[in-house]
Amino acid sequence: MSAVLAQGLRKSYGEKAALDGIDLDVRRGTVRGLLGPNGAGKSTAVRILTTLLRPSGGRAEVAGFDVTTQPRQVRRNIGLVGQHAAVDELLTGRQNLELFGRLCHLSAVQSRSRAAELLERFGLEHPGPAKEYSGGMRRRLDLAAGMILAPPVLFLDEPTTGLDPRSRAEVWRSVRELVSDGTTVLLTTQYLEEADQLADRVSVIDAGRVVAEGTPDELKSRIGGDQLDVVVRDPEHLERAAEIIGGVASGPVELDRDTRHVRGPVNERVRSLTEVLTALAAAGIEAEDVAVRRPTLDEVFLNLTEAGGVRP
Amino acid sequence: MTVTTLDSPVTRARWALADGWTVARRDLIHWANQPMTVVFGVVFPVVITLAFGYLFGGAVKVPDGADYFAFLMPGMYGMTMLFGLSSTMIAVATDASKGVTDRFRSMPMAPSAVLIGRAIADLLHSVVVLAGLLACGLAVGWRPATLSGTLGAVGLLLLLRFALLWAGMYLGLLTRDPGAVVAVQTLEFPIGFLSNAFVAPGTMPGWLGAVAEWNPLSSTVAAARELFGNPGWGGDSWVARHALPMAVVWPALITVVFFVLSVRRYQRLDR
Ligand SMILES: Nc1ncnc2c1ncn2[C@@H]1O[C@H](COP(=O)(O)OP(=O)(O)OP(=O)(O)O)[C@@H](O)[C@H]1O
Ligand SMILES: [Mg+2]
Repeated sequence: MSAVLAQGLRKSYGEKAALDGIDLDVRRGTVRGLLGPNGAGKSTAVRILTTLLRPSGGRAEVAGFDVTTQPRQVRRNIGLVGQHAAVDELLTGRQNLELFGRLCHLSAVQSRSRAAELLERFGLEHPGPAKEYSGGMRRRLDLAAGMILAPPVLFLDEPTTGLDPRSRAEVWRSVRELVSDGTTVLLTTQYLEEADQLADRVSVIDAGRVVAEGTPDELKSRIGGDQLDVVVRDPEHLERAAEIIGGVASGPVELDRDTRHVRGPVNERVRSLTEVLTALAAAGIEAEDVAVRRPTLDEVFLNLTEAGGVRP
Repeated sequence: MTVTTLDSPVTRARWALADGWTVARRDLIHWANQPMTVVFGVVFPVVITLAFGYLFGGAVKVPDGADYFAFLMPGMYGMTMLFGLSSTMIAVATDASKGVTDRFRSMPMAPSAVLIGRAIADLLHSVVVLAGLLACGLAVGWRPATLSGTLGAVGLLLLLRFALLWAGMYLGLLTRDPGAVVAVQTLEFPIGFLSNAFVAPGTMPGWLGAVAEWNPLSSTVAAARELFGNPGWGGDSWVARHALPMAVVWPALITVVFFVLSVRRYQRLDR
């Protein structure tokens, strides 16, 4: 059964289509990543699914309820962590959570104990107002506020944008815990790595359309996984190096004479790297630099949009 | 976790009030967390009152040779209600711009509670500020005549505040930008000066005096002076002679117009 179902979802602002017919089907208990650059329509999709915005076309169901005709039922089944931390900065973390608990119609006693539970779980026991929190703490408080009712479906809009790596890891850990409790999560992100770390399936969105959908591995394998990048010292050796890399690469090798780079996609990073280095040494080719890079969002993205937006 | 269902209209109205009170309590916790902001809220009009009273008091001649404070205080009470416009707007715009309003809108609470809560909190705040200023008035020698008149005057002042509350909510929801409040704040003083709060409209150039007399603030202030038993410059225009009814009609009109506008604006946040 689907926790989130969207069919031909559209939203236009005047002439401009922020969403241009999005289909989504998120299975219960899974994590779906919406991956896309700025302005792709990620927040618009989340805002429609959380009843904050009325779609201009198409339909959507969350937890089995229609977002336009049954908004109250939807709201009882979701938690939202918006793109910008939406906590009351003058209240302490505890006061924030107790307030939101009351507004979710928990009794005073229930909201107090729920707040205490969440504060401990998210490591938020700071006595001062939320404006004193670090970015990571504020984000976790936001996350905790979205979790008051332990909702079956949780929406996270760019939960780690602007966080340092440590805070990011903390947020990721919290999300994984929720998922292990059976929560369905729909999260948007601009980072392939985040989708890779958290999502079971990813929908790549560009200009209001889903241009690809699949597991993170499927998406990455479409552009041939990691990129092996070698810079040779002597331009004379470029062709020979390209042959060697071509021998292990899973796709076409690129060659750049000006910068003396040879690049090719590889599937197994360590083995390919070892093989290439051994072969280069045997051929007497001196490398100035060698690297295996994960594909960036740009690369996945360019590749997927170039492919003409075919879906699996 | 149990969540009560909101189905019958009665239950829904009950939740609207309960949730409204919870939202209002948020402001009360702000006050408790940061008492200085409340103190400043009270001190600010007191300082202005003392400045006006002692700086200009000597220059303004009040009918019956009464003390300027006897004339000024009801004007300042009205002014303070007017200042409420920007404080409501700032609160609403801040919540809207920070995503707090969206968080509320995504929760299973009564949607109307966001506006109801703002109304309750801001009225309570105005009661506190007005009480502080009334005490200041008593300290500088201002005296109301009767208790019933005093209650009536305070009621009319809060009625004006209640009306401006909806105007503030509408402007806050319209701009969703706390920065835009500055524009409204800079208008508050001119609106206040263009009334009978500080001087008699009769002393202003003809058309300006007419504008000042028709200023809703003038009706409330004139009615308050009448009920407090304080001196005022009657003026003989129709609106000046009907200060009491106009002090009800104006706020009622403002309330109806801006209540409808704010509720519509709030419902259309999903456009
Ligand atoms: N209220 C609005 N009025 C007009 N255009 C809007 C409005 N909200 C969003 N848009 C436009 O719709 C498009 C999608 O916006 P959206 O916020 O959904 O993108 P996003 O993927 O969340 O981007 P980001 O990564 O920057 O958050 C953008 O081009 C944006 O300019
Ligand atoms: Mg966004």
